[in-house]
Amino acid sequence: MSTARHSPFHSAAAHAILILYTIIALFPVFVIVVNAFKSRKAIFREPLALPDAESFSLIGFETVLKQGDFLLYFQNSLIVTVVSLFLVLLFGAMAAFALSEYRFKGNTLMGLYLALGIMIPIRLGTVAILQMMVASGLVNTRTALILVYTAQGLPLAIFILSEFMRQVSDDLKNAGRIDGLSEYRIFFRLVLPLVRPAMATVAVFTMIPIWNDLWFPLILAPAEETKTITLGAQVFIGQFVTNWNAVLAALSLAILPVLVLYLIFSRQLIRGITSGAVK
Amino acid sequence: MGSLALRNITKSFGKVDVIKGVDLDVEDGEFVIFVGPSGCGKSTLLRIIAGLEDASGGSVEIDGDAVNATPPSKRGIAMVFQTYALYPHLTVKDNMSLGLKQAKRPPAQIAERVDLATKMLSLEPYLERRPAELSGGQRQRVAIGRAVVRKPKLFLFDEPLSNLDAALRVNTRLEIARLHRELSATMIYVTHDQTEAMTLADRIVVLNAGRIEQIGTPMELYNDPANLFVAGFIGSPQMNFVEASAIGREDARTIGIRPEHISVSTTGGDLKGRVSHVEHLGADTNVYLDCGRAGLLCIRLFGEHQFEIDSEIHARFDEGRIYRFDDKGDIIR
Ligand SMILES: Nc1ncnc2c1ncn2[C@@H]1O[C@H](COP(=O)(O)OP(=O)(O)OP(=O)(O)O)[C@@H](O)[C@H]1O
Ligand SMILES: [Mg+2]
Repeated sequence: MSTARHSPFHSAAAHAILILYTIIALFPVFVIVVNAFKSRKAIFREPLALPDAESFSLIGFETVLKQGDFLLYFQNSLIVTVVSLFLVLLFGAMAAFALSEYRFKGNTLMGLYLALGIMIPIRLGTVAILQMMVASGLVNTRTALILVYTAQGLPLAIFILSEFMRQVSDDLKNAGRIDGLSEYRIFFRLVLPLVRPAMATVAVFTMIPIWNDLWFPLILAPAEETKTITLGAQVFIGQFVTNWNAVLAALSLAILPVLVLYLIFSRQLIRGITSGAVK
Repeated sequence: MGSLALRNITKSFGKVDVIKGVDLDVEDGEFVIFVGPSGCGKSTLLRIIAGLEDASGGSVEIDGDAVNATPPSKRGIAMVFQTYALYPHLTVKDNMSLGLKQAKRPPAQIAERVDLATKMLSLEPYLERRPAELSGGQRQRVAIGRAVVRKPKLFLFDEPLSNLDAALRVNTRLEIARLHRELSATMIYVTHDQTEAMTLADRIVVLNAGRIEQIGTPMELYNDPANLFVAGFIGSPQMNFVEASAIGREDARTIGIRPEHISVSTTGGDLKGRVSHVEHLGADTNVYLDCGRAGLLCIRLFGEHQFEIDSEIHARFDEGRIYRFDDKGDIIR
């Protein structure tokens, strides 16, 4: 292990593989962003070329910003994602703490029940969900989306977080109890900071599917004022003609907020790993 | 101020009975140590006293008041853990003062007590550091400091030294002994380590499989063990057990003799055997003698001695130091 780490050959090979993987993973993103800045003709003539003075064009962005209310779509996506994410992390962590910390009747059964959602996709229940939303008058509201996404994110969050919370030292929690901290303080001040890396992981895994989802916005909230960005971008994809400039521009814009959120969480991730643990 | 009484404490985890009826009285100012093999329920008993775990039956009384329904923070106890359990996000000073802050004590009093504990444990240079910036020994001193600051009626220690290296362990042991003298507080201490138990304790409680085998001062346990278990558990190297019939005695089932109460001779003695192994410890020499049907005998000789492996020698028992045990393993007095 230590020889592998120090040998320049191994290190170069590892870097080569990682760089190759990065290139492959980023290539579609690269193509989208590059072509968003080109004229329609240039996109089809040379899809891989960088925009130059001749082919450079902001027509896609202009269309996007003129047509429809893109700022509103953005706002909707952001609100839905951030609020769902917050609720998933809060309730997921609390449920995970209860499951890992307290012995009560049906603990294991409850854990299994909560983890069931990992195996059964929530989309199977779409019809029932739609009926419920219609009955409660929540169709075409952001609340509907937030509720569904929170339910969708909770199982994995609870599963991952309870595993990590079991590893938090019992002694530390007991020391808190002897010092008179309430269970809430123990949860928020002692346990949560120690599972921050796990929280960041859960956040990333929860956030991306929500941001990219097309299904539930289409079914539960297709109205103009509650459209999300992924749904909004669909107006440019027609059955017969597709406005590629606009689609690519919209997608490029849609990448930005996730990128920002991801950067925030990955910083947390690193900080969590480097902060001093118990022993 | 600081007496403890356990009345028929039991504890089960599901179907498993971990503590099976423990009665114990600890007087004010006493230093009581729980010893016993791994998994016998020492930590569980300590957690029940602390209130971190509910007993399945029986009652815990501190200063004569039943505290079964009192939360840990109100029992007037402080606990020091094997893993230190310092709050990673707080400085040493805040670690020590958190308990009093939670109890809404006046800041002047908190400062005074933290100051006192700091001096007592020489923690001045570290007050503003976080636990991650301290060594293991320093962390355990902070953990002890955090307990001292609370001025508890009862100190509880759960193997506080077992994560420290040998030299630090001796130092911290002395520190705890000094603390006990200066504070004259009641202390309950769990350990695996014989030396810690023998040197620190006023009284030792030997636990086995959730029951108390014997309670006594270290010397009582050493000189007058109640049964085979205690006889084998206290003392190192372990007491030798020989089937009485193997040496032609009829007055007991098993004979016990400590390694330090056997002498060797070339001419004659109670048992003859072949030397199978010799350990030179400097001050002592441990000789292992293979005595055939009587089994392997450990003999502890003071000073340095040379023996040929496989040579035949005789072991002579100190007659006044022979322990006799009956069929049930209880001692015959
Ligand atoms: N939360 C729990 N659930 C189920 N069983 C438990 C639990 N805690 C402890 N036990 C069991 O209770 C028994 C006693 O545990 P305890 O921690 O008190 O042992 P111990 O004497 O402190 O051992 P050691 O010297 O190894 O620390 C063990 O057999 C253990 O498996
Ligand atoms: Mg233990």
